[in-house]
Formats: sequence, C-alpha cells, structure tokens
Amino acid sequence: MALNSKIPEGPLAEKWTKHKFNIKLVNPANKRKYDIIVVGTGLAGASAAASLAELGYNIKSFCYQDSPRRAHSIAAQGGINAAKNYPNDGDSVFRLFYDTIKGGDYRSREANVYRLAEVSNNIIDQCVAQGVPFAREYGGLLDNRSFGGAQVSRTFYARGQTGQQLLLGAYSALSRQIAAGKVKMYPRTEMLDLVLVDGKARGIVTRDLVTGKIESHSAHAVVLATGGYGNVFYLSTNAMGSNATAAWRAHKKGAYFANPCFTQIHPTCIPVSGDHQSKLTLMSESLRNDGRIWVPKKAMPGLTAKEAVNIPEEERDYYLERKYPAFGNLVPRDVASRNAKMVCDEGRGVGPTGQAVFLDFSEAIQRLGKEVIEQKYGNLFDMYKQIQGDDPYEVPMMIYPAVHYTMGGLWVDYNLMTTIDGLYAIGECNFSDHGANRLGASALMQGLADGYFILPYTIGDYLANMPYDKVPTDHEAFKEAEQGVQDLINKLLSVNGDKTVDEFHKELGKIMWDYVGMSRNEEGLKKAIGMIRELRESFWQNVKVLGANEEMNMTLEKAGRVADFLELAELMAKDALNRRESCGGHFREESQTEENEAKRIDEEYSYVAAWKYQGPDQEEALEKEPLVFENVKLTQRSYK
Amino acid sequence: MNWFISALTSGVGRKVIMALTGLFLILFLIVHLLGNLQLLKDDGGQAFNVYSHFMAHNGLIQLISKLNFFFILLHAFVSYTLYVRNKKARPVGYKVNGAAANSSWSSRSMTLLGTLIFIFLLVHLQGFWYAFKFGSGIPTVTIDGVEMHDAYKWVAEAYANPLISGFYVFSMIVLAFHLWHGFSSAFQSLGLNHVKYTGFIKALGYAYAIIVPGLFAIIPIVLYLKR
Amino acid sequence: MNLKLNIWRQKDSNDKGGFKTYQVSDVSPDMSFLEMIDVLNEDLVKKGEEPVHFDHDCREGICGTCSMVINGRPHGPKQGITTCQLHMRSFSDGDEITIEPWRARAFPVIKDLIVDRSAFDRIIQAGGFVSVNTGGAPDANSIPIAKEVANEAMDAAQCIGCGACVAACKNASAMLFTSAKISQLALLPQGKLERQRRVEKMIWQMEAEGFGACTNTGACEAECPKEISLVHIARAHREYIAAKACSKNV
Repeated sequence: MALNSKIPEGPLAEKWTKHKFNIKLVNPANKRKYDIIVVGTGLAGASAAASLAELGYNIKSFCYQDSPRRAHSIAAQGGINAAKNYPNDGDSVFRLFYDTIKGGDYRSREANVYRLAEVSNNIIDQCVAQGVPFAREYGGLLDNRSFGGAQVSRTFYARGQTGQQLLLGAYSALSRQIAAGKVKMYPRTEMLDLVLVDGKARGIVTRDLVTGKIESHSAHAVVLATGGYGNVFYLSTNAMGSNATAAWRAHKKGAYFANPCFTQIHPTCIPVSGDHQSKLTLMSESLRNDGRIWVPKKAMPGLTAKEAVNIPEEERDYYLERKYPAFGNLVPRDVASRNAKMVCDEGRGVGPTGQAVFLDFSEAIQRLGKEVIEQKYGNLFDMYKQIQGDDPYEVPMMIYPAVHYTMGGLWVDYNLMTTIDGLYAIGECNFSDHGANRLGASALMQGLADGYFILPYTIGDYLANMPYDKVPTDHEAFKEAEQGVQDLINKLLSVNGDKTVDEFHKELGKIMWDYVGMSRNEEGLKKAIGMIRELRESFWQNVKVLGANEEMNMTLEKAGRVADFLELAELMAKDALNRRESCGGHFREESQTEENEAKRIDEEYSYVAAWKYQGPDQEEALEKEPLVFENVKLTQRSYK
Repeated sequence: MNWFISALTSGVGRKVIMALTGLFLILFLIVHLLGNLQLLKDDGGQAFNVYSHFMAHNGLIQLISKLNFFFILLHAFVSYTLYVRNKKARPVGYKVNGAAANSSWSSRSMTLLGTLIFIFLLVHLQGFWYAFKFGSGIPTVTIDGVEMHDAYKWVAEAYANPLISGFYVFSMIVLAFHLWHGFSSAFQSLGLNHVKYTGFIKALGYAYAIIVPGLFAIIPIVLYLKR
Repeated sequence: MNLKLNIWRQKDSNDKGGFKTYQVSDVSPDMSFLEMIDVLNEDLVKKGEEPVHFDHDCREGICGTCSMVINGRPHGPKQGITTCQLHMRSFSDGDEITIEPWRARAFPVIKDLIVDRSAFDRIIQAGGFVSVNTGGAPDANSIPIAKEVANEAMDAAQCIGCGACVAACKNASAMLFTSAKISQLALLPQGKLERQRRVEKMIWQMEAEGFGACTNTGACEAECPKEISLVHIARAHREYIAAKACSKNV
C-alpha cells in the first residue's frame, strides 16, 4: 500500500481553508447517530472528546487514570506557543511554521506544520474563554515569554503549570459534556485491543482496572489520544502509567508506526540518585535562560554541589557557551543534551554518579538579585530542594538529560487518520508535526490543535460516508478480539517465573538508554536488537505476575504494558538503524560534521519511515513517505 | 419559599445560621457582662438590683431576651444536625490522628465545648433566670420606693458556695475556648475573609475570647472571696 | 535505614480490611516515599505475596493521584507537597510509619490504599466550567484581566484534586476543593456570567456526595499540597449567599 498523505493542493497558506471547504459535512441532525470512541483524556483526547460532543456526536471516552483530569499533559510546565505576535516582535504564522519545521530538522510535513501554526491562535482564544488563568501584564493583557531559545516571545504560560491549566480547561469542557450526557466517561479503564470490521476500525476491547472485566465497545470511529512511548526507557519524565499499549496494539492491527526512533531527550532533569529511581523529574527549560551550565575542566569524580562553589572560574568549563557562542546555554534541547552526555563520557561529570552537570545561578543572582530569581523560578528551586536536598540559591543545581517526549508515533494522513480506516491518532500519539525534534512549548499546542480544531473537522469527512448502523458487540470480530485479550492475560498470569515485571522493564530501559538513547551507532543498535529479543524471550519464560484477572491487579496491568514495550523497543532500534543520518533528536555517530555536530543527509533520508506490522516474530516492513519542501529551504542547523 | 428553606438547610446555609446566631450571642455577652460587672460595685448590690429590675420589666429587653433564647436553641440545634452529618461523612476513622499538626484543638472541639456550654446554660438559667421568674423565696429589697428582688444577695449567696463558683469559672474557661475559634470562624462562614482585615478580626477574636469570659469569671471569684 | 510500616490492606471494597506490618531495610534517604513502597512491593512479589496497591502516576506532584495518610497526615509530615514528593530523608532509622487511605464516606476504598474519588469529578460536572463551545471565542486579549485578579484565580486554579483537604478535615468536607473552582471562575470575567448557577449546583452536588460541612478548622489549608487558602472558601460562601439571595432559581 502506498502511503497517501492526502495533503490538499494549492498554496501552503490556503491548504487548510480549502480543505475545510472541500471535506464532507455531517448534517447536524445526523451527528447524534454516530458514536465515536476517544481513548485518552490528555490535552488531545479531552479537547477532542469535548469538541466532538459539542458538535453532537455520541462519545465514549476512556482513560486508565482514576479521573480524566490526571492525564500526563498535566505535568507540562513551560508554556504553549502561538503566533499571536502580541509582543510586536515580528512573529507570524509563517515564522512559527518555519521555526517548527526547522526545529524538527526538516523531517515533518510542511502542510501539517503550517496548519498547526495557523490554528495556534485559536487555541489561546479558546483557552482564555474557558477561564484558563494565563499570566498577564499589569494592563490586563496576556504576557508572553521567549522559550527554548526562540527568537520571539510567543509562549503563553500559567506560572510553571501551563499544562495543568490547559488540561483542566479541556477537562472542564469534557466535564460539561459528561453532565450533558453527550460523553460517557470510563475512568480506570484500559484499551487492550482495536476491533476491525470489514477493514474499518469499529471498536475497542477494554479491561476495567477495578474489576478486571473485559468489555467491548462499538463505534463508528476510534480516536487514539494515548500519548507517547517514552516509558520504553523505564526512566523518563513520563507518568508511571504512561504506556504504548493502545497504539501498539492498533499497530499490530494494521496502523503503521512512523519514525519510532525519534525521541526527545530533555536536558534539564534532576539526575538519577540510585537504583531505586522510578522516574525522572523534569525542570522547566526556562531555567536555561538564566542558569549557566558547566563542568570542571579537569575530571573531578564525585564533585558535590557544595564543593563546586569553591571551584574558581578559570577551572570551570562553560562548555555550551564555549562551543556555541551565539546561542550559549539556550541551544536546542538535543544539542544541550548531547553535549551533557559528551562531557560526562569524558569523565568530567559531577555528583555521586558522575552522570550530571552543574546549572549555576550564582551569576544571575548577583546580576538580578535573589528576589527576581525567586519570582521567576521560585517553585522550581523549591521542587529541586525537595528532591535533591540542596538549595539552588546557595549551590549550583545538578542536572542530566532524560527521555521526555516521543516525536514518532502512529502514521497519520492530513486528516489525522491512520492507515486503518476510521482509526485516528492525535496528540503525541501520532507522528505528524514535530519531525525529528520538538520545540519547547509546542507539545501543548499540537495536542490542543488536533483535539479542538482539526479532528472535529476531518472526522466528519469520514463519517459522512458511513452508514448509521452500529456493529453489535457480540459480533464475531469483537468476540475474537476479546478472546485474544483474554488469552494474552492468561498467558501473562500463567508464566509464574521468578523475575518481577519491573526488573524486566529496568533491563529494557538500560538497553535502550545505552544503545538507542542520545547517541546511536550501527554496532550498538544491532547489539540492542539482539538484547531486546533475548529479553523478550526471557520475559515470556520468567516473568512473575501474581493474582488473577478478576480483581484490581497493578502487576498484571504493568506486565501487559511492558510486554508491548519489549516489542516496540525493537522497532525503535530498527528504525534508528535504518536512518543512517543524524537529524534532530536522532544522532547517528556515523553521520557527523567535522565539528562533531549532527549531519543530516537529505538526499537519502528526507522521508517519513512508516513501519508495517507483518505478524509475530516477522520483520516489520518499511514504507517511505517522501517529504517535499516547497516553502522552506533546507539548511543544516547551526547554533555556532 | 422553597429556595429559602433549601438555602438555610444546606450545609453552607447552616454554617451561615451558626455564624449569625453566634455573632448575636457574642454581642449579647457584652451586654450581659456590662450588667454583671455591677456586682463588683461596692454598694451593697444597689446598682445591680436596679439594673436587674429594669431588665426584667422593660418590654423591649424582654423581647430581645426571647430572641436570645431562640438563637441559643437554634445555634445548638443546627450545630447538632451538622454534627450528625459530619460524623456520617467519615464512617471509618484513622488509626493515627495527626490533626494536632494542622489545626487548633479548640477548632476541632467546638461540639464538645458547645455541649458543655449548653449544660452550663441549663444550670445557670435554672439557678437565676428561672428562679427569679417562677421561683419563690427570692429575697426582696426596696430601692427608691420600688420593691424588687434582691438579686445581688441571691447571687452572692450562690457564689459563696465553692462548687457553684468553681463551676462558673470552669464554664467560662470552656466558653473562652469556644470563642477562641468561634469568633473569627463566624466571619469566615459569612464569607468575610480579606487580607486587610482578617488579621484584625482574628486578633479581636482572641482578645474577646480572653477578656470577656475572663471578666465573667472574676465575678464569682470576687464574690466568693468576699463571702 | 530500617523502618517498620503499618499499612492498611483491603482486598476490595467489600473486604473489611485491616493493618499489616512490614519491615523494610536499606532504605536510602534519597528515595521518595513511593519508591520506598516500590522496594517493599518488589520484595513482596518475589515472596509471592500480593503487592500493596496505591494510587500514583506523575510522581512529580502535579497529577494529584497519590494519596496516603502517613502517620495521620495526608501526604505526610511536610507542608506543601504530595506523597510522591516526600523523601525518606524526612524520616529516621527505626521509625514506625502508619499508612492509611483517605477516609471519607464519599471516597470509598477500592483496594488497599486506593480510594474512589469520582465524587470530585461529579462536583466539577455540576458546574465547574465556563459554558463555551469550541470555536467562536473572541480574541484572547479582548478580555483584559487585572494581573492581581489573574494571579488570585491562578492560586485557586492550582488545585490538583488529590483530596488531601477531605482526608485532613475532621468532617471530611470537600469545601476547599469545591471552593477553589468556584473562586477561580468567580474571579474571572469569563466565569462571572454563570457564577450564581455554578455555585448553587456545585455546592448542592458536594453535599449530595456525602461530604461533611466546613468548620473552618483550617486543616485543609494546612495539608493542601498546593497551599490553597481558606480565602477561597470564604469567597464561595459569599457567592453562595449572593446566589441564594439574588438568583432567579426558585
């Protein structure tokens, strides 16, 4: 099957407008005859469920958390971009589009990204109307800040809790529709399979996480808004429950998985403190606006933050400022992360593990005063002190990169439909807008763009051709899927080995971090694929899952998710192996400039790598969607 | 009227009733205290007796006193209904209770304190108000040609009993704790909480909670010592 | 360090439940409280015993999922943090720690330390929103809002819906949670249009869920991981009184 991205004809700036006119509409009176399943209640899922319900569709919404308000979008700190140009500093839809394409290292679709930039302004309007308390100026207008090294101030924020406020806004809209009876909410429910009838997505099979009941839900279309797969790495900034199961099982039913190797490693996280570590805490990138990153010039193993204060200036290496004088500490995330890894690999890392670098505010405190710093970063400093036990006002912070976001995801066309008819993927779950690297404050933008302003239009185009008839859940396709789910659960419960699920997950994470992490090479990737296969085999022979299905069983939940990670991990490594170029967050050691910077190879790799599942233990097949650039000139990124 | 009843019977509505009746009783205490302080005058009880006679025979005062009884009963009754509701809200309690770290003892003990005050009121009213109103054997005295109860003598005789004066002092301590939380809490329940004046209300409440019951408590002590 | 844990174990909502005692050793002071329980759970699974079920997700203090009463204090002994942000350096070797679920009629126990907090969702569904559909919103800057007002609204909006306020309150009152949303939307011009309807419905729902009444003890404010102030409860009372007196709802 050739991938058809369905990008509309015409000039870039008119594509979306024209497309909206050309797509078919569902008569307002007929919308209530269609049922739509939305899985996930983060920014994308909640905003989509609410908006679709407002239009009149019947929605069934699912989340594994105890409440839709807890989806992990809530943890986004920094802000949300929009091309409002309120600060009058030269921003425009085209500039936001350009920055996003360039930031993504030219591995995303022009048309999608332009549309994202176009609707970004509507998002801000919508959120303000919902009562999201964005930061404001004394005059009452919205405040903007520059974020992640952007040359314009286009980021809207609500203290360090922008994701929380936007999610609570979407959650309030969703709650309103639940009260109105247009959305039926299923919290503590996990999607375990997708059901296809005549090649079309017609429902899902779920497990009630409280009672263990396996249930089928039928609909005319299914929307996956299930987030990213960063937890493949075991340690990440994702929530403990974040998982790839829904997307992966849809992939196994025929949805192509695009660019799985594109993962973003965030440079400013609190370092690992020991084996017990269960997750990593991100600290907003805004810290790099005033903090200076350094390590000692000569290796000083075990250097603590308290001792660091006494290291004289001439013995410090502010390596980002030294190597990238123009951007300094504000280089993009992937560059900052990779450089931190490089200095640590040289043995110059600090702290008890040697896997950390300093982020120093002493100069900023001297220049601006403690009060200003407290106003800007007070809550982050408190959080750091809480976790690390050091006071960043007195001693430098220690930071290290951590897996944060996955740009790859289910392949979708311009309508956000996957390669399965009637199955949509939105938000971080799809691959569409960030290319090989996502800009700061753009994840929130994309989630809400998909949910509020894109999917509600494009899904109508598909439904308009669908008959109203519902597929009953006793249809054989549902029964078959239920049986498959039940069999998998029974299999997990019956192994009764001697290793815990977490032990497998930790091992997998280590393989991924070591070989499919910030810097990748052919040898390592091949090795990783072998190790993952072995680990997967061992998992099915040695995993220990206690209890039964018919109860709340968190080990069983986790086991299912780790089983899927063990498969997805291999595809990530395989995709990384295939892409023998460095681009964005994907750094192949074989593809570097003389100055050891990432080197893209546009002639060979200017495509989306979409992978097709071919059956258990079969090699996945690669389909390429060529990327065509008509409006931007491809340049090698340089932050010198 | 449906809306009115539903407003007053809701949890928030009941808290408003508690606050309004509480504030009324707080005002009443001041008036009551000013009258009672005349017991400390060294005039053989003349001023107090005149005052008592006036209070017992003025129509307006009598009306207010009826209201007062009503508010006391309302305050007690509503608090009882809230107590029952609140108990139901947590059928299984904690094994370890860390409440001391997050709230004051008086704020958590309002029902207990209120119940003790209610018992005190029954004893108090039986001993003085009921006795004056319906009892017999109250001594009389004639001041400026008017024959009236010698309330002073009656009170002084009662306080001469250490059990009674002790009970009064104890009850005033209970009242102080009740007011320690109740005073500012009433304002909070009415929605009056503002960065500018809440500090003042709290300070005023603490001062009130110490001074008013304190002065009330001095009376039995002095009269007991004078016996 | 070594610790003795008394943990509430309850198989499901029908089970009576009870405390069980566990010893954990080699606890590092750098561990978070939940990581300490992880270690215990890994141990239990290895021994073939059922792990302690507890709610947790983001582990960075914002999702509001984690919920443990630790030695009688919701989210443990430290102020302004959630359980997942509590680190073992706040305890000492040999400590005995009692861990209980949130206790309230409106929060029935599902299993071990996990409770059902859907009552909070229903309170929001009753009116914790501004009734605007997607699309059609005016330009964001067409509604100026004073910085102080936006800040105060944000103070209230920070609520993570964890339920520590209910757990701490001697009456299991949900007034702090409910008032935070009422207050946020009453402060902002966008929310003012529906303020009367909202406060009446949300308070009604809150009481229908079986939460107790507010006694102004301030325990909720003291235990709230986001340090939400009683000022918002006072505002909710004002809103309620005004709505009851002035709304057209008879």
